[in-house]
Amino acid sequence: MSNSMNLTLKVWRQDGPSENGRFETYEAHGISEDASFLEMLDIVNERLTEDGKDPITFESDCREGICGTCGVMINGRAHGPQFGTATCQLHMRKFADGDEIVIEPWRATSFPIVRDLAVDRSPLDAIIASGGYISVNTGAGPDANLIPIPKEVSDTAMDAAACIGCGACVAACPNSAAQLFTAAKVMHLNLLPQGQSERWTRTEAMVETMEEFFGSCTNHGECHAACPKEISLDFIAWMNKDYIKSKVKNRKLASQT
Amino acid sequence: MSLLDSKVPEGDLAEKWTNHKFDMKLVNPNNKRRFSIIVVGTGLAGASAAASLAELGYKVKAFTHHDSPRRAHSIAAQGGINAAKNYTNDGDSVHRLFYDTIKGGDYRSREANVHRLAEVSVNIIDQATAQGVPFAREYGGLLDNRSFGGAQVSRTFYARGQTGQQLLLGAYSALMRQVGLGTIDLYPRQEMLEVVKKDDEACGIVVRDLVSGEVSSHSAHAVVLATGGYGNVYFLSTNAMMCNVTAAWRAHREGAFFANPCYTQIHPTCIPASDDFQCKLTLMSESLRNDGRIWVPTATDDQRPAGDIPESERDYYLERKYPAFGNLVPRDVASRNAKTVVDEGRGIGPLKNGVFLDFAEATARDGEDAIRSKYGNLFDMYERITGENPYERPMRIYPATHYTMGGLWVDYHLMTTVPGLYALGEANFSDHGANRLGASALMQGLADGYFVLPYTIGNFLAPRLGQDPVSTSDPVFARAEAAVEDRTKKWLSTKGTKSVDHYHRELGKMVWDGIGMARNRAGLEQALSDIPELEKEFHANVIVPGSAATLNQSLEKAGRVDDFFGLAKLMARDALEREESCGGHFRDEHQTEEGEAKRDDENFSHVAAWEFNGPDTAQTRHREELEFENVELTQRSYK
Repeated sequence: MSNSMNLTLKVWRQDGPSENGRFETYEAHGISEDASFLEMLDIVNERLTEDGKDPITFESDCREGICGTCGVMINGRAHGPQFGTATCQLHMRKFADGDEIVIEPWRATSFPIVRDLAVDRSPLDAIIASGGYISVNTGAGPDANLIPIPKEVSDTAMDAAACIGCGACVAACPNSAAQLFTAAKVMHLNLLPQGQSERWTRTEAMVETMEEFFGSCTNHGECHAACPKEISLDFIAWMNKDYIKSKVKNRKLASQT
Repeated sequence: MSLLDSKVPEGDLAEKWTNHKFDMKLVNPNNKRRFSIIVVGTGLAGASAAASLAELGYKVKAFTHHDSPRRAHSIAAQGGINAAKNYTNDGDSVHRLFYDTIKGGDYRSREANVHRLAEVSVNIIDQATAQGVPFAREYGGLLDNRSFGGAQVSRTFYARGQTGQQLLLGAYSALMRQVGLGTIDLYPRQEMLEVVKKDDEACGIVVRDLVSGEVSSHSAHAVVLATGGYGNVYFLSTNAMMCNVTAAWRAHREGAFFANPCYTQIHPTCIPASDDFQCKLTLMSESLRNDGRIWVPTATDDQRPAGDIPESERDYYLERKYPAFGNLVPRDVASRNAKTVVDEGRGIGPLKNGVFLDFAEATARDGEDAIRSKYGNLFDMYERITGENPYERPMRIYPATHYTMGGLWVDYHLMTTVPGLYALGEANFSDHGANRLGASALMQGLADGYFVLPYTIGNFLAPRLGQDPVSTSDPVFARAEAAVEDRTKKWLSTKGTKSVDHYHRELGKMVWDGIGMARNRAGLEQALSDIPELEKEFHANVIVPGSAATLNQSLEKAGRVDDFFGLAKLMARDALEREESCGGHFRDEHQTEEGEAKRDDENFSHVAAWEFNGPDTAQTRHREELEFENVELTQRSYK
């Protein structure tokens, strides 16, 4: 059977958005190295519950690294020590017996704490609502093979589209900027032929909605280091280029009407 | 005359849907804004329905218990989506997709629904591509296809191993576009806890705000449930942590019949459990069976590493038993065969609870790069979870609960037995019969939401023009809100000693043992005696800490597990009454000499739909007879 380990957890507890928070210390004994990080927290929570204490609130859903619901700061790093891995896919074999692990919520003003380790990431949805789509009503699409798309283009769009919207990029950024998320969303659509009609309006709207909520990008690259899907920084450069162009293009488009 | 009127239109199978679209009543474009529709759930079915209805001009309220609509569990579907495009020129057609789906479902689904599904499958691919879903492409720039279990043509479209994610992001972007336009009011972090009826018609819902605990009512002209399946009744499943039966079950309690609850699908390729603490199992896409070969050692208790076992001592049991389909037999067949070899003591891995899925031959044939480009993210995920490198040694896999074919009974219009209440996607029972083929769940969810409900709901609404929705100050809403508050108080005041998860885990074991991959009378009767005992203990001894006025995950789960108890009992009764084997429902008592599922078409060629009779009275079983005019019922054979 797998080896078990004993850990000390320092966990951020906060009862609500406007309450004061504090670190609480918990012992996690007899944790298997094959357990996932969140299963370790499940075990701690079950013990807390059966002792009549409030379990630690943390969010997760698919536990397969695809839904983007989970995510905490582990020893100061968004999603923890393993590159390209969401919190739910991190396993305890990456830690050692006796370790102290500090667990905090995503740290960003634009992600207010809901409770303990759960935060409100709704500004990411607001960015999408401002332009993160191709306007095609149901039934209006032409045959799917009408427009060939070079495989390389489609693959690059997919690289961007792989973003799971977890918000780790914001949490890892010293400025709490959301450039990596927004760039992934903008460039997924801007790269594709279907996305060209709205390319410039989309870019301007999404970037400016982003800036209402989030800090500015200063090219640290911490976002990429924390991203569980390893989204490339190149998309940010592309988005910046499209944003500058959009300012001219959108003015021209407006003057044509 | 059965209580259940399927409302399947007359006429030739291939013409039914086309003709019916013309026959149904329409709501004038300018009048659509006078109707409000509630959509619960924002997965593929819910998001596509909400977006499509709003595009048409209806006023839509969309509810999700997630923090964002994009989190719905459709996002985790890996492999692909079927469509009868025949881009590969290998003989596919609408009729073949229809036929494969009916056969794959072991002749327990409605012909007309399945044919409609096959017809609209092609529109889904067009719609998703237009939205920017980055399906895999060939070097010529056209869409690529792969093959999937239960089919002998390549008709599955895919986006790496993240097809569900990309399709959901497409539907979500359409939904958010409407949110931005102000045509959809979005309510995240709201859990639906009651369906409300007035004069026997659905008139709204009661929800609880999961953050503030506030209970509120919403009314509309129609209510659409797209709330997914109930696989988490097994505790261990590939479903996400928050997947539950609550919305469907509360609808059932309000009069919506629940159909075929015993039809559950056990997916053949999941990572085996490594210990008791495990809370969920992870699926490895069925697409892996295109290139992976499944085998176990010929001898029992052979603990040598795979590489040390010579070819002559390996049993590629699917290829041996089913030469025509080989490793691509349907899911139920693959799962049962894995159980057979593990039960024989030939399982592999530390707990001897798996079989090998081996890519050595495909890697030698196509090169590691080709395998990486097809399955790279799945291989990475496998390595993260198990700590083993699947490029160097075979994967270990074992079946796990994955999908539930049963669900709320719906007619051809997707309306439940409660007028004005619709069920879409996995939440309904409709199109997969007793077994769903791979890559068909995404197809059905999107078919329901994009291309079926937007037509059929107009037929219900048109005669109601000029009627206002029932006011939320009506006593029917106050009563439903009070019921929600009472239950909340009850959970918080029980103050027992065991957590909700404890009871969920125990329930899951009972359901897996009694109503799992193979069922028999003794096991089902055992489940029917054990589950109510555990339920009693759960009610008396559960502990739900905290208050109702904050985010309280234990409180949320208590209600969901309570509903799973009700469902589990119904599953056992349904499985007991269905004295035959079909698809995912395998009764030990009913098998052929070769150990295959043996149907009883004379007595069980029907849908079993259960009517709720109050909390202390057993449900009544109703039948909808299935009529097959276009396919001949045969013993499924994949040899």
